[in-house]
Amino acid sequence: MILVWLILVPFLAGVLAWVSGRGSRAWPRWIALAGISLDLAMAIGIWAGAWRTGGPEAGRWLVEFDRPWIDSLGIRFHLGLDGLSLLLILLTGFLGIMSVACSWSEIQDRVDSFHFQLMWVLAAIVGVFLALDLFLFYFLWEMMLVPMYFLIGIWGHERRIYAAVKFFIFTQISGLLMLIAIVALYFVHGGASGVYTFDYGALLGAPLTASTGWWLMLGFFTAFAVKLPAVPVHTWLPDAHTEAPTAGSVVLASLLLKTGAYGLLRFVLPLFPEAAAAFAPAAIALGVAGVLYGAVLAFGQTDLKRMVAYTSVSHMGFVLMGAFAGTPLALQGAILQILCHGLSTGALFILVGALQERAHTRDLRRLGGLWPALPRMGGMAMFFALAAMGLPGLGNFVAEFLVLLGTWDVSPAATAVAAIGLIISTVYALWLVQAAFQGPERVATRMSDLGLREMTVVGALVLALVWLGVYPQPVIDTAAAAVATVAATMPGRAAR
Amino acid sequence: MLEWLWLVPALPFAGFLVLVAAGARLRRAGAAAVGIGSIAGATAIAFAVAASFAGLPPGARVYSQTLWTWMRVGDFEPAIALRLDALSLVMMLVVAAVSLLIHIYSSAYMEGDDGYARFFAYMNLFVGSMLALVLADNLLFLYFGWEGVGLCSYLLIGFWYRDPVNANAGRKAFIVTRVGDTALAIGLFILATRLGTLEIQPLMERAAAQWPVGSALPVAAAALLLGGAVGKSAQLPLQTWLPDAMAGPTPVSALIHAATMVTAGVYLIARTHVLFALAPPVQLAVAVVGAATLLLAGCSALTQWDIKRVLAYSTISQIGYMFLALGVGAWSAAIFHFMTHAFFKALLFLAAGVVILAMHEEHDMFKMGGLRRDLPIAFWTFLAGAASLSAVPVVTAGFYSKDLILFDAWSSPAGGPWLWLAGIVGALLTSVYSFRMVFLTFFGSGRHAPARTAGWRMGVPLVVLAILALVAGFIELPPTLGDRPVFTDALRAVLPPVEAVPARAADLARLQLVAGIVSLAGIGVAWLLYLRHRATLAALIQRPAPSRLHRFWFAGWGFDWLYDRLFVRPVVGFAEAGRRDGIDRIYDVLAWASQAAWRALSATETGGVRWYAASIALGAAIVTTIVIFL
Repeated sequence: MILVWLILVPFLAGVLAWVSGRGSRAWPRWIALAGISLDLAMAIGIWAGAWRTGGPEAGRWLVEFDRPWIDSLGIRFHLGLDGLSLLLILLTGFLGIMSVACSWSEIQDRVDSFHFQLMWVLAAIVGVFLALDLFLFYFLWEMMLVPMYFLIGIWGHERRIYAAVKFFIFTQISGLLMLIAIVALYFVHGGASGVYTFDYGALLGAPLTASTGWWLMLGFFTAFAVKLPAVPVHTWLPDAHTEAPTAGSVVLASLLLKTGAYGLLRFVLPLFPEAAAAFAPAAIALGVAGVLYGAVLAFGQTDLKRMVAYTSVSHMGFVLMGAFAGTPLALQGAILQILCHGLSTGALFILVGALQERAHTRDLRRLGGLWPALPRMGGMAMFFALAAMGLPGLGNFVAEFLVLLGTWDVSPAATAVAAIGLIISTVYALWLVQAAFQGPERVATRMSDLGLREMTVVGALVLALVWLGVYPQPVIDTAAAAVATVAATMPGRAAR
Repeated sequence: MLEWLWLVPALPFAGFLVLVAAGARLRRAGAAAVGIGSIAGATAIAFAVAASFAGLPPGARVYSQTLWTWMRVGDFEPAIALRLDALSLVMMLVVAAVSLLIHIYSSAYMEGDDGYARFFAYMNLFVGSMLALVLADNLLFLYFGWEGVGLCSYLLIGFWYRDPVNANAGRKAFIVTRVGDTALAIGLFILATRLGTLEIQPLMERAAAQWPVGSALPVAAAALLLGGAVGKSAQLPLQTWLPDAMAGPTPVSALIHAATMVTAGVYLIARTHVLFALAPPVQLAVAVVGAATLLLAGCSALTQWDIKRVLAYSTISQIGYMFLALGVGAWSAAIFHFMTHAFFKALLFLAAGVVILAMHEEHDMFKMGGLRRDLPIAFWTFLAGAASLSAVPVVTAGFYSKDLILFDAWSSPAGGPWLWLAGIVGALLTSVYSFRMVFLTFFGSGRHAPARTAGWRMGVPLVVLAILALVAGFIELPPTLGDRPVFTDALRAVLPPVEAVPARAADLARLQLVAGIVSLAGIGVAWLLYLRHRATLAALIQRPAPSRLHRFWFAGWGFDWLYDRLFVRPVVGFAEAGRRDGIDRIYDVLAWASQAAWRALSATETGGVRWYAASIALGAAIVTTIVIFL
């Protein structure tokens, strides 16, 4: 039942925030903060409990909730939590708090409705990480889309309508492909076994011919590749990120993209192992292309938010690579990259948002020389830029190193080319710091440095990244069982 | 005391954290106290650890300390672990001691700078990372220190970030060295996947046991490690960042870009020498890179007017000697030259710093002259450093270390006359450019009123380093001069000695004589050209051919020009061209096409009955035709 609460608590908090918003701007914020904090506390409780009972084991859900929903169609309300979903829910809770906190002064318009949308999207994301019934999964997958559309379209910047519509069309079309694949899988499995069900566990062993498996895999892959995003279906992301309010960017980059990565690991690889293995070279190539293309384009941007958005394309390329490399090392790296990219990119968006509140621009050509006025913000931007370029001692390094090391055995060439991304990431990360904070002082207005609320937010993210950088073992151990399960399905990868 | 080893890198890191957390609130004295205090503590513990280490029985002089497992996935479990043996001991002591002296010096040099606490924070982070690098027990933790020192190098080169020139120089340094670092990382992938560990000792044992000499894997792995080493140590072809790195404050140049970080590549190769011994082609490449670099950089040093850039090219050239030594298998000679170089080059930079402060931040040697009377401490210590750099026979440390390298380059089985010749020509260049600096800066007729003179905090480090630059060579006396090779004996357990070709080994005395004459001749040439006949030289450089050569050398043999066209412009061009993301244009076309289709269809909704009737008739006709004929 606690799994249901994990979804319901943020959703109910959102409803309450909306209702409480009559005449008060403080109530919705505090209610949202309390709701998502409670969610994180529950997730931590599950984590602690899991370790008392010996940690996650392969092939067993730590917590499960299973009730019939639409019985005549074989649809169940089936939720399950293993190490992988637990880590992602912890990330959701943590960054959910951050996104509420970073909106505290930015959002002054329709505060009640904003927090309702924000909590709703967080609840849907948690649900996506828990759903073990494919129909339920699709339902929650689409559920994420609606509030996100409003968050961008109502509270966004200049070109928000264009960005929101673009985001909606990309995800909707790719989502429909997944729906077709889900329904097809339902009928193929039902036809072969006589049991028509959307249940994940039952569908795992669905007998598929090579070509059926290939097409169904592609349906799922497309939906997740758009969300991830992979080159060449990434172009909704820079627009959506740039136009979204800070919290929207944080949720997009740190959490929504992760549902794509989660989908690859939870559905594409285990449901279609042969097809995925056959597709792996192409997927790894797409990942490498994303790493390089995103990094070079990030360097070329003049809008800070767009720049950070393209770094996401680059970093998520490592996730795609690692997922399809399929070795335990690469999968662990991909999961760590999911977490660390969430933390570091979320932090960068929070900093850019804080900068925009002060300087009223994100244009690098108009910024520069901000360090003397904003030393704390400059130091923090430096820190997260270094995290983005994979400096050892910070979590992103562990993640990228494990991905590359784990991919080496599968494809040395792809690994070597992707490693060039490490050089280009240095180029954009250092340029970001220099263009905004170094050089002669150019913005004349007086600005206040990061305050207590903002320092608490980014400070917590700093600590999390350092922790993952010097002692990632608790995360690795938590994910180990899920990783072993996935690696076992990919032909010939588990032993490596 | 050995179990205190972890404190040696930990104290500087702790100092860094304190300075970052409390930086803005600390007074100058407080920041200096934290900065210097943590390094002093680390140095004291380092020496105490060294004393305990010396007390171990000779056969068992190794101490390992595992702090925690960094990450464990299957069999891959690199740890945060330290290893103390003779090699890391030497590195640790030199790094700690030189850092302490330079920190004391900096506390005076940086006085009056707004970023005082920030400076010490970066410097402490550097020392901690450098100590982690040399003490690391596995290559992944070494890589941690390796990137950490690169970061600090970047931060400190661009320390005065308001001037874009400095910020660009820092960025260039980091990016160029990251090119090498990426090669190193790929080397680690090969080693980790093929040999199953990154722990250095088992790694070397397995490599020697599993890989035949000269087979593809050790050659590839060693070549990639060499890529990392040439980046960090500013050797060909990745040397271009170091001259620009002089944009940083002078103590930074002394510590990072002369004494410690730039020699990390030398340390890496010495540390993994077993692997390089398995890859003869790569080892030859190490020697050739060293020989070529020391000549190219020596020529460039001759043409610079900025005193710090002369020293920068000199550093590149001297590290070239260390690479030459590594390439011929003279591992301990390379480490010996690292040590003496750390002393005399740090000294030269610090003395140059006194000159620069006295001259109101002037770097141009041609605007100096006559400073020996105004800055006596700087003059005498700089002279000691320049003599050591020029390898003035018998009385300087540089003589002993360079002589050992030249002898090994001649007599080692991997060496030969050509490598020796490169070294001896380089030695001539070295003493010419060294005393060019001395004569231009301190001799001649000029008189200046120094803006600032060295107080005790700057004077004491200078004097200590000057003494070390003269006497440190006496721990390795060659057979002709006392025959007491204490240094190489101490390193013998880690770094095997060179097995000299017997026929060539007999030439030692003659080689030394040649080297001594060359060193003194270079000083004589410098005296003739830069004091006696300065006008003649100036006239010569005005002629077309020498002038072109002069400009070519001055610009560092055109590498920057080449790389700008090969790499920088294409990447920047691509990034700018792709700013609006070409892939998105495909979707724009889709959007445009669907809008066009919508417009075309909505144009048919005219509301005219005749038009509708006509279309119905036409549609019916088409459908009928299709049904009949198909």
